Amino acid sequence: MKKIISGNEAIALSFGDSGGVFASGYPGTPSTETLEEVARLGEVYCEWAPNEKVALESAIGASIAGGRALATMKHVGVNVAADALLTLTYTGVNAGLILMVADDPGMHSSQNEQDSRNYAKFAKVPMLDAADSQDAYDFVRAGFELSEQFDTPVLLRTTTRISHAKGVVVAAAEKIAPKVGEWVKDVPKYVMLPNFGKLRHIEVEKRLLKLQEFAEATPLNRLEPGSSELGIITSGVAYQHAREACPDASFLRLGLVHPLPIEKIRAFAAGVKKLMVVEEMDGIFEEQIRAAGIRVDIGKAQIPLCGEVSADTVRVALGGKPTAAIAPVAGLPQRPPVFCPSCAHRGLFTILAKLKLFVSGDIGCYTLGALPPMNAMHSVIDMGASISAAHGMAKVNQIAGRAQKPVAVIGDSTFFHSGLTGLMSMAYNQGDALVIIMDNRTTGMTGGQEHPGTGQTLKGMAVRQVDMVPLVKALGIDNVAELNTYDLKETEAAIKKGMETPGPYVLIDKNPCILRYKIRKPAMSVIAENCTGCKACLKVACMALGLTADGDKPKVRVDPNVCNGCGVCKQMCKFDAMTEIEGENYANL
Amino acid sequence: MQTFNIVIAGVGGQGVLLASKVLAECALASGMDVKQNEVHGMAQRGGSVISFVRIGKKIQSPVVSPGNADMFISFEPLEALRYAHFLKPGGRLVYSQVAINPSTVASGMAVYPADVEQQLAAVVPNSKGIQALAIAREAGNGKAVNMVMVGSVLKQLPFSDEVVQQVIASVSKDKDAEVNLKALAGGAAAVA
Repeated sequence: MKKIISGNEAIALSFGDSGGVFASGYPGTPSTETLEEVARLGEVYCEWAPNEKVALESAIGASIAGGRALATMKHVGVNVAADALLTLTYTGVNAGLILMVADDPGMHSSQNEQDSRNYAKFAKVPMLDAADSQDAYDFVRAGFELSEQFDTPVLLRTTTRISHAKGVVVAAAEKIAPKVGEWVKDVPKYVMLPNFGKLRHIEVEKRLLKLQEFAEATPLNRLEPGSSELGIITSGVAYQHAREACPDASFLRLGLVHPLPIEKIRAFAAGVKKLMVVEEMDGIFEEQIRAAGIRVDIGKAQIPLCGEVSADTVRVALGGKPTAAIAPVAGLPQRPPVFCPSCAHRGLFTILAKLKLFVSGDIGCYTLGALPPMNAMHSVIDMGASISAAHGMAKVNQIAGRAQKPVAVIGDSTFFHSGLTGLMSMAYNQGDALVIIMDNRTTGMTGGQEHPGTGQTLKGMAVRQVDMVPLVKALGIDNVAELNTYDLKETEAAIKKGMETPGPYVLIDKNPCILRYKIRKPAMSVIAENCTGCKACLKVACMALGLTADGDKPKVRVDPNVCNGCGVCKQMCKFDAMTEIEGENYANL
Repeated sequence: MQTFNIVIAGVGGQGVLLASKVLAECALASGMDVKQNEVHGMAQRGGSVISFVRIGKKIQSPVVSPGNADMFISFEPLEALRYAHFLKPGGRLVYSQVAINPSTVASGMAVYPADVEQQLAAVVPNSKGIQALAIAREAGNGKAVNMVMVGSVLKQLPFSDEVVQQVIASVSKDKDAEVNLKALAGGAAAVA
């Protein structure tokens, strides 16, 4: 039966149809829905791991125990899991193992634009690169076969436009029932002591040569003959854009993007007048093709290294023009994402902005605190860096004789992911920062996933929640206090106390995510005669607030379709102009 | 049929994705190839959202580039202006007239253009604004703005009534199906 599904849904569906036994991952756009969809299948075991390293290691264990395993993550998650991956390539697998990695060209929701194809080269493992939802579906089954045939983990790559784009998929007629193989003790294969590792490295190099032979013949790399004027070598969504731009050209569409079928490429190049290589992000194919002595006429010199490729990019690279379009209307007010109406982060950043502190930030919804008008976050690197970077800042401040503490802001899911170790280091090394944990009991930015603190598993089972306060104390922090960011005065006092107290100080806000838990409060309204139009309330950056259009001095108004009644704006008002409307709530959460 | 490109824009939380899904499912049920794509991740947090639905015999790229849209549905006037350049010359725009303040306006850093509808009329000659929120409330739910907007363009699309009803039934929770169908009809009436 035909279905319209996203690449992520296709991977999940195929995992269920291809004998999948165990899946784990950590949420990260654009990979997140894959594991959520596996959970929705209902039949296959799956779980959220606290971070990508744990997810991959658990998948390795599942494979060793004989079950086909999947680990899902976004591109930067592979950096976290890389320690496991770079040795997993030595041990190989027992049952098939796929690491699904979702890249984010154009950085729609990421902190960098790294190209995961580099990891395939680095780890010397095969990588499949899906060009649509059907590929995503087919490549899971092909990936398991490849993994078991060559005793190797397989990387399955998507990009945002594959993971999130929906297309028509025909599922396999034959489903493979999950079966669990033997759990075998094999010390030289799975114990990577140097003596065994040396032997496994030789196997890795042999495997790569066999995979190169396989790449030359596999139907995963498709020859699509067309005009001999132009031949295009490409993969992934770049294939779709190039096809759109050049419907008549000859194509070599790579499904297996590492190792490359160099001889197939050589023959393809010989049969066309002009050879073009279309790659999104890095020029990985081009580099290898040129190194093999094959002429590339159009490649990375014409196609940008940064951002997404489009059909217009390909047209322009060929010397053409982009599609004629009217000019975008200039000077419009931007509409950046903001804290949801009544989000607990709003009160915190209102105060952090007021106190003009240096805030070492992290990855999550609260990163939006860096945007105007708050401008209250001054460094964001990677998951967990808020705390460890703040520690480094504090040490240098100490050396320089600066009095002010840095403030680290981190969410609960990010804290469990990799904030814990930073905090432990801060306690151990006698650091001096204020750490604010915004514990809203969900992984918010990716849409509200469970984690060890939510009391629920991915499969919906109720479990014990990690208790934040005793955990933080156990790491060696004596000063731990609770925070309520809906109360601005209390928040300001708590932050000031944390800043004045020497040594590490942790504040924990426990207000839950209003979006995830659908919390509704009566909407606010403005008493027009009291409002002086001073705009103090607008500093909270809530999209429910606005100004009336009339008169020289506009007054503030509240949009009842948007307001969710947290009352943070009310606390900014010195003229008692804000009031709650009992029972009113149209907020579209 | 030739490829037909639809762009849908709005604000995170307005239901742009469900509207896209309805159009895509209608195309599949009508025997066409279809690709639908939007970027989400931060979309729920009040940001600008843009989604593409491409239908036809064989669809390659999931993305509609500027200048390529046959039809543009915007759930908000400012977003209509922001993405108007996606339309082909002569392309059709239907937009909801209910303005939603971006955070930049709410915090006093920018001003919402008071003449947004006049600007739209100048940029897109073939455009029509409708009171989508009022129509949705009349249909029984203010959140059905997305279905009102879908209803406002259905006449230009090659989907039979049976296909549309079947798709609405499949994407709606039981009690919402009736409201959604009413909202579709309301949207259609608003442009008639």
